[in-house]
Parts: sequence; structure tokens; C-alpha cells
Amino acid sequence: MRTAVPERQSIISGVGQSAVGRKLGRSELDLTMDACLSAISDAGLARDDIDGLVTFPGRVNVPPPGFTGPGTDEIQDALRLELGFRLSSFDGPGQLQAVVNACLAIAGGLARHVLVYRTVTESSGQGAGGRSGSGLDPSGKPGARVKGPMSWQIPMGGFSTANIMAMMAQRHFSVHGTTKQQLGWIPVTERRHASMNPGAVLRAPMTMQDYLASRMISTPLSLYDCDIPVDVSTALVVSHRDYAPDGPHQAIHVNALGTAARNRPSWDQYPDLASMAAVGAADHLWSRTDLRPRDVDVANLYDGFSILALIWMESLGLCPTGEAGPFIEGGRRITHGGDFVLNPHGGQLSAGRAHGFGFLHEAVVQLRHEAGGRQVADAEVAVISNGAGPMTGCMLLTRGEA
Amino acid sequence: MSADLLPSRVLPELTAENKFFWTSGADGVLRVLRCSDCGYYNHPPYPCCARCLSRRVAPAVMTGRGAVYSFTVNYQQWMPSTPPYVLALVELDEQEGVRIFTNLVGCEPAEVAIGDRVEVVFRLYDDVWLPLFRKSAS
Repeated sequence: MRTAVPERQSIISGVGQSAVGRKLGRSELDLTMDACLSAISDAGLARDDIDGLVTFPGRVNVPPPGFTGPGTDEIQDALRLELGFRLSSFDGPGQLQAVVNACLAIAGGLARHVLVYRTVTESSGQGAGGRSGSGLDPSGKPGARVKGPMSWQIPMGGFSTANIMAMMAQRHFSVHGTTKQQLGWIPVTERRHASMNPGAVLRAPMTMQDYLASRMISTPLSLYDCDIPVDVSTALVVSHRDYAPDGPHQAIHVNALGTAARNRPSWDQYPDLASMAAVGAADHLWSRTDLRPRDVDVANLYDGFSILALIWMESLGLCPTGEAGPFIEGGRRITHGGDFVLNPHGGQLSAGRAHGFGFLHEAVVQLRHEAGGRQVADAEVAVISNGAGPMTGCMLLTRGEA
Repeated sequence: MSADLLPSRVLPELTAENKFFWTSGADGVLRVLRCSDCGYYNHPPYPCCARCLSRRVAPAVMTGRGAVYSFTVNYQQWMPSTPPYVLALVELDEQEGVRIFTNLVGCEPAEVAIGDRVEVVFRLYDDVWLPLFRKSAS
């Protein structure tokens, strides 16, 4: 047992989620209220118990439509919260940084019950068109001159992270021999999982043939390699572990965080583009726990693009580096009865792009053994990963204390 | 000059750090920031050498030759009516890991593979010379 793993002061005591869907026609504040109030109630707490409030990303300059959700000031005011700690930030270990900040606030004694939320209305934000490119207006016309990290790729027509993820996939294919059909087992398996989740947005069966026939976005990634934008708000309550015996549900314990940012924080200059900063975050995670990859029952891995889940799998040691292709082939090792279950709710590819927080919500539901028809048998340990490229974080959750 | 790959370009804002890179093509030569003390190439450019932390860094002339580190053929219509085009990361010969995000021009998308030898060609947009690459013989 390590002496200092301060995140173990934290449990997840409550979770809540709004309706999930395409163009729900509801405001981000409305959805956020649904998620936050249900998370507080689920934790067995009252509004006055909440003394911390965190979100990702909060307000950012020129946000993509529907990307940020409401700021913490709005939620604090709407709920008239008296807070010891309030924070939002875009920079850090992916979307997971909101939970990391909650754990730090609890370990530091700044708060005891932290409400954490993430709201996206990216489906409504698309308007009548499709996903728009960075540096372009919604009709596809060039915007103002670009600056910052994306200014190296946008002038070349690299308008989307999809283009970078595609280059990562191409590199993985070239270096490790991974094939398009192997990659397809991630979306195909996740769609099968989504069919067991009444809340998933895409539940219709999808065959490998369907996958291979879907329209190309940026080689080798096609439509079903990309997640589906939705409107949804997800919230959780991170509490001090002292509260565990008093909550109405099985407390879900934070066992370890992986927040390391190693090597170049760059989408395109990272040393090995068949991997990403996930490697550092994952190593960091395993250095803070005695649990091992073989202990993982539920692997809720970020799949904004299919290739990301594959790289997370390798980074976390759930399969050997470079061997994810053969490992996922046929799908048997990443589903019920296999080595672990990958995204039992369907992931962002099929359940919808809750942007990191869907994985957290599902992990808690699974570890509580409340997942109904999609319950992973005897789920005791879940790993959650968030993010891509240089913005990556991961977390281990356990049912009870590990 | 042949038609561009894209209907129009979104150009970079020129800054104290990047202006030399985006205007380097004016004399037909690619430049990357190099440390005057240890010789390390730094891209994207920062006013400090990433290897030895020297502040003595300056644009250095490159051969403009390299190899395709990775690539993708973009099909999505971010801009309406855009035929598929090749986005590539070109690793320059001078130093492993120095990569230019670029387009491959003058070839069919289906002809591109990782490891292909390429050389720089420039194309001017307003005051910006975009360094694009084409396949070279060997």
C-alpha cells in the first residue's frame, strides 16, 4: 500500500444524467439542472450539502457551438450554492480534469461534496448542417486568420481533429499492421452493447459490412469511426470517503488517477503517432495502485474516434502495445465473457458524445450493479479514460475499497 | 499554376515566432528554427532551444526534402465542393521528429504511402507562402 494516494479520500456518491438525444430542443441550462438535481438526490444529499462545483471546460474563447455548457457561476447562482471550492478549466488531463479537481479539493479539505457536471448541446449546435471544421464558418467559408496550435494544420485544410486521428490510425496501420476491418470491431462491438442500453442514441444493429460500407471521412476513418454529437448533461457528486456508509447507494471509490503529461503536448509532433500522451497518463495511473490491468472488469475508454479506444487499450496495458488489432478481432475479448467489457453502454460511438462523462456515469452504474440487461458480471474494477492527443487522463474506480 | 486543392485557404496569423516560417518560401527555400549553440532543429518555433535551452535560435535553411511520416486523404466536405485531398506529416531529413503538417500535391491520393520521399514546393496566398510537398524521384 502506498502512503500517499490522496485521491483515495474520494468516492462517487451520486450520478445523474439528463435526457440524451439529437437536437432535443432544450437549453443547456435546462439539461444541466436535470443532471445536477438528480445527481444530488441520487447521492442522498440536499442542495445545502454541496460545497464544491466543478465543470469542464467552462467558458472558453470562441467555443465550437454547443461545446461548453453553462459556466459554474450560472449553476452556482441557479442553485444558490454556498461553495468552498469552484473551478472550471479547459487545460489539463482531458475532460477528466473536472473530476481530478474535485478529488484534489476533497483531499485538500476545501470541500466535502463536489458537484461535477459536463453539458454538451453539440447536436443542436450543428444547426441544419453537419459537423463544421475549425477555422471555417458553419457554411464552410474561411473565417479569420488562425493562431495557436491549430494554425499549423488549418491552412493545409486540416480542419478537424478527425484528420489528425486519421493520421494516427494510418501510422498504427503501417507500423503495427492493424487493418480497417480489425478497427471496425470497436464500433461494431460497441453498437451491440448499445442495443442493450435503452438510453443509447444509436441502437440499430450494425454489421461489419455496414461499417466497411460507411462513407469515408478521412482515410482510414469512416463515418462509424466517429462519435455522434448529442445534447446531454451528465453530473456526479464526488464526496469525502467518510460519507460512504451514509449514502443511499454502494459508494464507488476512487482508487487512482493518471494525470501525467509527458512528451510533447502536440497533436502532430508527439514522438510516436501510433500512440499518444495516454501512455504517460496510463503509466502514472498504474504507479499509484496495486491493481493491475488484468483486474479490470469494465474498460470505459474514450472513443471520440474508434482509433482512440484502441490506443487507450494499448496504453493502459489491457493488451500489448501494437497488438490491439488482433486482440479486438472478432470482438470476443472486449465484450461480456471476455477479458473485459469495452464501453458496455455503447461508448460515444453509439450511446452519444457525452464528451467523457458518459464513461464516468456508466462506470458508476456498472460498479453499483445497477446496469440491468447490460450489467457486466461481478464488476469490481472499472478504468475510465478521457481525452485524446495531448489532453489525456484516466482513473480507476472500485466497488468498495480495493 | 495549377488549380489549388482547396476552394480557398484559411491562413495563419503571422507572429514574431512564426513569420519567418510562413514567409520563407519567398526565395524558394524552407527554413526551420535551429539552435546556434547545439544545432538542434525546433519546430514549431519557440524562442528557446528545446534541447539545450539556449536563447540563440535562428531560422536555418533546409534541403526541403523528407519522407511521409503519416498521411490521410480527406473526403469530408468541410468546404463544399472539395475533391479528396492529401494531408501529410512530412518528416524532414535533417532531424528525426521534425514534422511539417502539409499537403501532398501533384499526385493521386491513392499513390501515397508512408515512407514516400518528398520535396517542398511553395504556393503563395496573400503574404503567406504555404510549404507544400510533392513526391520526389528517390
